[in-house]
Amino acid sequence: MSQIFHHSSNTLARITIFGAVFILAFTAWVAEEFFRGAWSTRASQIREQPVPFSHAHHVGGLGLDCRYCHTTVETSSFANIPPTKTCMNCHSQIWSTSPTLEPVRASFRTGNSIQWTRVNDLPDFVYFNHSIHINKGVGCETCHGRVDRMSLTWQENNLQMDWCINCHRHPDQYVRPREAVTTMGYHPAGDQEAIGRRLVQEYHIQDPRVLTSCSTCHR
Amino acid sequence: MRTRSMVEWAFSLPCRLPWRHRKPSILFVLLAVLFSSACRQDMHDQPKYIPLRPSGFFPDHRSERPLVEGAVARGNLDDDDAFYAGKGPDGKPVDTFPFPVTKDVILRGQSRFNIYCAPCHDRVGNGAGMIVRRGYRHPPSYHIDRLRTVPNGYIYDVITNGFGAMPDYAAQIQPADRWAIVAYVRALQLSQNATMKDVPPGQEIPTPQLLSPSGGRK
Ligand code: HEC
Ligand code: HEC
Ligand code: HEC
Ligand code: HEC
Ligand code: HEC
Ligand code: HEC
Repeated sequence: MSQIFHHSSNTLARITIFGAVFILAFTAWVAEEFFRGAWSTRASQIREQPVPFSHAHHVGGLGLDCRYCHTTVETSSFANIPPTKTCMNCHSQIWSTSPTLEPVRASFRTGNSIQWTRVNDLPDFVYFNHSIHINKGVGCETCHGRVDRMSLTWQENNLQMDWCINCHRHPDQYVRPREAVTTMGYHPAGDQEAIGRRLVQEYHIQDPRVLTSCSTCHR
Repeated sequence: MRTRSMVEWAFSLPCRLPWRHRKPSILFVLLAVLFSSACRQDMHDQPKYIPLRPSGFFPDHRSERPLVEGAVARGNLDDDDAFYAGKGPDGKPVDTFPFPVTKDVILRGQSRFNIYCAPCHDRVGNGAGMIVRRGYRHPPSYHIDRLRTVPNGYIYDVITNGFGAMPDYAAQIQPADRWAIVAYVRALQLSQNATMKDVPPGQEIPTPQLLSPSGGRK
C-alpha cells in the first residue's frame, strides 16, 4: 500500500504547528494594539465641542494660566471646567458680537449650562485625584501634553493602568518643581535624574510599593 | 462617529447574547476572549454622580443642586466682616490686614496675582496686560496717587465685587488668597516708587535687566 500522505507533509505539519503559534501571537498582538491603541482609547482624537474653545488661543496666545479657569485643580480631586461667568469676564467686552460665542452668551442669559463633551474619562472604578499630583510636582503637561497647542482638546495619553503604574514606579523621572506645574514646554534646569531624586525626597513622595498597591487607585 | 458606535456595537455582541444562543464552539470562545474587553459598560459607567455628570432627573440636567435660598452650610456663616467683606463696623473699608503679612503670604499673593490679575493689569500693575492689548478697557495703573492711598479693604472689595468694567473674582479666588493679593499689590506699589533711601545700607544693587513690554512673560 502506498503512503496516503506525501513525504513533505511532515514538514508541512511542523510548519503548521509552528505557524499556529505565530498566528495566535499575531492575533494577540493585533488585539493588544487595537484595545490599547488610539482608536479604542480615543487618545489623540479631537472631540467636537458646542463652542470651539481653543487652548492654543487662550493659553498659547494670551498666556493665561490653567488655574485661571481650572480653579480647583490644586485643592480637589476634580479639575473643574470653568462656569460661563469665567468666559464672560473677558467676552463681555472681547468678541462680544461674534456668532461663534453665541452659545456662551445664551448660557449666560438663560443660566443653562454649556454642555461640554468630556475628553479624558477614566472608568468609574478608578480613583484619580488631581490635587495630590499637582502638589507633589507632576505637571499638567506630563499627563495632558502640550495643551497650549491644541485648538480643540484631545486626550494625550491612553490612560491605561500601565501608564499610571509606570510613573508610580519611577516618579523621579517625571516630577518637577511645584512652581512649574502649569508650565508648558518645561525643561528641567539641569539633570532630571538628580532634580527628580531631590524632589521626591523634598516632597515626601511615598514608596513605589505604596503607590502601586491596588487599593491606591481601586478603593 | 457613527461607524465607531456600529463597530463597538458589533464587538460587544458576545457580551450581550443570551446564554442559550452561545454555542461553545472554539470560534466562539476565541471571539469571546478577543472581544470581551469591549464590554465596557456596567462598572465603567456606574449609575452614580461624579462632578459635572448630568442628571436626567432635574429639568436643568445638573446633578449638583443649588443651595436653597437662605441656607448656610455649617462653618460658612462668613460673619467676620473685616475678613470676608474688608469692611469695619462702620461699613468703611478697613486699612488693616486680618492676619500678619509674612513673606509666604506675599509670595502666595504673587502667584495668585500673576494667575488672576496679570492678564489685564500686567505683572507690574501698569494696566497694559495681554487682554487689554486685545481690546479690553484699559484699567488705571496701580501706581497713580489715588490707588496708592486707598485702604487695603478697598482693593479687597474690588476683587470681591468687581469695579466698573472689571468683573468680580469672588468665585475664582478664596478670601484668604484675596488678602494675599492685596498684600502683593501693596508690595508692587512700593516697588515702583522706591527711592535710594529705601535701600538698606550695604545692600548690593543688581544691574537692572530689561523686561519685555509684557513684564517678562514672553
Ligand atoms: C480660558 C479658560 C481656560 C484655560 C486658561 C485653560 N482651560 Fe482647559 N478647558 C477649558 C474649557 C472651557 C474646557 C472644556 C472644553 C474642552 O474640552 O476643550 C477645558 C478642557 C480641558 C481639558 C479636557 C477636559 C476633559 O473633558 O477631559 C484639559 C485636560 C484641560 N482643559 C487642561 C488645561 C491645561 C493643562 C491648561 C493650562 C495649560 C488649561 N486647560 C487652561 C478652559 C480653559
Ligand atoms: C482672560 C480673558 C478670556 C477668557 C477668560 C476667555 N477668553 Fe475667549 N478669547 C479671549 C481673547 C482675547 C480672544 C481673541 C483671541 C485673539 O485675538 O488671539 C478670545 C477668543 C475666543 C474665541 C474665538 C472667537 C472667534 O469668533 O473666533 C472663542 C470661541 C472663545 N474665546 C471662547 C471662550 C470660552 C468658551 C471661554 C470660557 C471658558 C473663554 N473664551 C474665556 C479672551 C478670553
Ligand atoms: C497624573 C496625571 C495628571 C496630571 C498631572 C493632570 N491631570 Fe488632568 N486629568 C488626568 C486624568 C487621568 C483625567 C481623567 C479623570 C477622570 O476621568 O476621572 C483628567 C481630567 C482632567 C480634566 C477634566 C475634569 C476632571 O477632573 O475629570 C481637566 C479640566 C484637567 N484634567 C485639567 C488638568 C490641569 C489644568 C492640570 C494641571 C494643573 C492637570 N489636569 C494635571 C490626569 C492628570
Ligand atoms: C507622571 C507621573 C504620574 C502619573 C502618570 C500618574 N501618577 Fe498618580 N501619583 C504620582 C505621584 C508623584 C503621586 C504622589 C505620591 C505621594 O503623595 O507620595 C501620585 C499619587 C496618586 C494617588 C494618591 C496616592 C495616595 O494614597 O496618597 C492616586 C490615587 C493616584 N496617584 C492615582 C493615579 C492614577 C489613577 C493614574 C492614572 C490615570 C495616575 N495616578 C497617574 C505620579 C503619577
Ligand atoms: C496607579 C493606579 C492603579 C493601580 C495602583 C492599580 N490600577 Fe488597576 N486600573 C487603573 C486604571 C487607570 C484602570 C483603567 C484602565 C482602562 O481605562 O481600561 C485600571 C483597570 C483595572 C482592571 C480592569 C481592566 C479592564 O480592562 O476592565 C483591573 C482588573 C485592575 N485594574 C486590577 C488591578 C490590580 C489587581 C491592581 C494591583 C495589583 C491594580 N489594578 C492597581 C489604575 C490602577
Ligand atoms: C478682565 C480684566 C481684568 C482682570 C483680570 C482684573 N482687572 Fe482690575 N480692573 C480692570 C478694569 C477694566 C479696571 C477699570 C474699571 C473701571 O474703571 O471701570 C480695573 C480696575 C481695578 C482697580 C482700581 C479700581 C479703582 O478704584 O479705580 C483695582 C484695585 C483692581 N482692578 C484690582 C484687580 C485685582 C486685584 C485683580 C486680580 C484679582 C484684577 N483687578 C483683575 C480689569 C481687570
